[in-house]
Amino acid sequence: MSAAEQVKNNPRMFISGNEAVALAARDAGCRVASAYPGTPSTEILEYISAYPNLYSEWSINEKVSLEVAIGASLAGSRALCAMKHVGMNVASDALMTQTLIGAVGGLVIVVADDVGLSSSQNEQDSRYWGRFAHLPVLEPSDSQETYDITRFAFGLSEQYAVPVIVRLTTRICHVKGLVQLSTPQIKEGQKFNKDASRFVMVPGNAKQRIPLMLERDKTLANFSESCSLNVIEQGDNRSVGFITSGAAYCHVREAFPDAPLIKLGLSHPAPIELIREFSQSIDKLVVIEEVEPLLETELRAAGIELFGKDIVPRIGELTPTVITPAIERLLGKEKSIATIGMTDVFPRPPTMCVACPHLGIYYCLSHVKNTIIAGDIGCYTLGAGHPWNALDTCISMGASLSVAQGIDKGRSEEDANKNVIAVIGDSTFLHMGMQGLLDITYNKGNITILLLDNRAVGMTGGQNAPSSGIDIHGETTIQVDFRKLCEALGVKSERIHELNPYELPTLFKALREEVKVKEPSVIITNQPCVLTERYAKQPPLTVEDDKCTGCSNCLDVGCPAILVTKRETVVKPNGKEKELSFVKIDTAACTGCNLCINTCAPDAIIPLINVDYINAMEVK
Amino acid sequence: MKPITNIMVVGIGGQGVMTAADIISQAAIMEGHDVKKTEVAGMAQRGGVVTSHVRFGEKVLSPSIPPGTADLMLAFEPAEALRWVTHVKDQATVMVNTYPQAPPVVSIGLFDYPEQPETQLQSHPIELISFDAGSLSIKLGDRRLVNSIMLGAIAKQLPFSPEVLKAALLTRFKDKGEKLLALNETAFKAGQQASQLTPRQAK
Ligand code: SF4
Ligand code: SF4
Repeated sequence: MSAAEQVKNNPRMFISGNEAVALAARDAGCRVASAYPGTPSTEILEYISAYPNLYSEWSINEKVSLEVAIGASLAGSRALCAMKHVGMNVASDALMTQTLIGAVGGLVIVVADDVGLSSSQNEQDSRYWGRFAHLPVLEPSDSQETYDITRFAFGLSEQYAVPVIVRLTTRICHVKGLVQLSTPQIKEGQKFNKDASRFVMVPGNAKQRIPLMLERDKTLANFSESCSLNVIEQGDNRSVGFITSGAAYCHVREAFPDAPLIKLGLSHPAPIELIREFSQSIDKLVVIEEVEPLLETELRAAGIELFGKDIVPRIGELTPTVITPAIERLLGKEKSIATIGMTDVFPRPPTMCVACPHLGIYYCLSHVKNTIIAGDIGCYTLGAGHPWNALDTCISMGASLSVAQGIDKGRSEEDANKNVIAVIGDSTFLHMGMQGLLDITYNKGNITILLLDNRAVGMTGGQNAPSSGIDIHGETTIQVDFRKLCEALGVKSERIHELNPYELPTLFKALREEVKVKEPSVIITNQPCVLTERYAKQPPLTVEDDKCTGCSNCLDVGCPAILVTKRETVVKPNGKEKELSFVKIDTAACTGCNLCINTCAPDAIIPLINVDYINAMEVK
Repeated sequence: MKPITNIMVVGIGGQGVMTAADIISQAAIMEGHDVKKTEVAGMAQRGGVVTSHVRFGEKVLSPSIPPGTADLMLAFEPAEALRWVTHVKDQATVMVNTYPQAPPVVSIGLFDYPEQPETQLQSHPIELISFDAGSLSIKLGDRRLVNSIMLGAIAKQLPFSPEVLKAALLTRFKDKGEKLLALNETAFKAGQQASQLTPRQAK
């Protein structure tokens, strides 16, 4: 049978690494799964939520998410929590203690590193957490391995009573490949066995656990030397050999199909002796790892001679096109690699959606003078871009409030009259922002807070949160009352405003008044994210060409549906030149939110009442 | 190892670039190939640049198409075709939807939209097939049909029968009602015709 026929007779699933994690959890008998959405890990829980008999939730943040999974593991069930790399920083407090307690039911932590920063505030290497927390780190290199290794991780976790990290990267999470599933396991939960000396980490108990953890390190290191996930692939050419793991493996294999290589599926603890032996059989050993020189440092410390980040880039994704020239240089085959010229085309940065409820807010903010604006993580971070340029900081999840507090308290004389504003979204506020608000009220900060409640985690695709009143399965649940919550956190009732963000005049008025008040104020907006089902489209608008004066006020709204048709430079009576931009509205994209109407002085923007067109729109 | 077929699908977030790549992948799977598919994109959902890479053959390792090696490119927007044209190899076929979509940074005058992107594309050593799939989709009743039109257009360029690609496309709509199925089939055919009508310009 040919390879092609074999494939035809043996149906496999064409799935992403994220879906492979979800299926592996299901097939390993995992009973509890939790996450806070974050690129590139988001889809893991979305897939899991579809499986019956497996409890799943969007947690408030990654620390809560990990603690939920820990609880389930201690109760005797297999549990998984998924997060992106920066989420691990948030979860780390729980992680560093849980490592002492260990796991009862298999406890798997899937961490997805956004290598290359497709949508993150930093690039970091989560393998460090494995070393820091003394936990094994598993690294699959494609969808099939992601499925197999995630299943393996549950078993490993139970065998050594240790939480296990499965480290993914962008090129694992979002790459689709063919996967053959294996027979599902059914795992009943065991009963919770009280064991305070192990589960209650007061100093006396924790001290007893540290030697056990170090013992576990040794056992795992031994295990790694013969672990079936660490594979030697003997190649023909002994001039250069590789140590690699994860997505980097695929790139190395593609670039050097015949080179000898060790692929580490269990990369921490590393099989040092296996690698030492391997290194003796080849001329030059190169460690290819994505982001940090972690293994490189470990192997060097063990006295193994090798090359690493001295020849391979430390920043961004590795691909065959990055690896090949580095190795060729090492082998003295300095080939001049034809640089492929990029065509010079305008940049297309991400922008807010057509009719996004945040457009009006940023329009106002860009027109309020004398401000310092602290931003946060989420769609509204895009307010830092054109045309608004309305953010001055963006650090980490929930930081806007506390950073604003710091700016307020730390400002110099020169900034005494500035209005300090913090902008945060609903799910971000619930994730980490509430504490910042309490700090502001408690410590008498003078900050105007814009709480942009669009009832969803917008950035990652509109997932539900306690602000949406809907859970991961689409079922109704409690909906947070932000007014009451802010009041409970110490904001005076009369300083809290709930507004429709599409009503620009009201918004301006509230903002202008509240920045003048010398105490904390909160302006809450209350319209849903356009990506959710809660958003209701209206008939579109259009521009009357003969009325449009080209003033371009409407372009300041930043709605991507407003397009320039013609640009002109005119000389005004006072001799100054003025740029005019005449516009049209892309009626197929416009949702009739009416925001731009407010900005148009000559009333050139009008509703498009065209029966034919509306009929056409309804063809789904 | 036998050579791998590399197909790039490029466009803007929200145009269905990923779906098109998925359908091409499905067709390749139906033909018994090993397939990998990935997107090389930032913020696909927020109108950013999206490129999807589909690679198939006997065994696919790296998911990314090395620059200069794409055999075929399907571009959903003319400026995006221009942005990525250097990633295809010489004589590769580039299928372009000529319906332009300027981003807000162009609208507010910070950058210029390239002048006559098609003419610029012609200066590259490629086989260019271009037509206005955007207007065609609006004429057929729904902007989302661009996807099926573009797939129809590329069908003849694949190393397997156009029927396989059509079957892969239509299975996606099999549970979504007759009307939608028929509409997408029409769009696919319209794409097939449109790509035949345009003269080819190879350098
Ligand atoms: S605000 Fe009104 S008059 Fe000014 S450019 Fe826009 S549509 Fe034309
Ligand atoms: S009404 Fe104006 S702002 Fe709202 S979606 Fe349409 S074009 Fe955009």
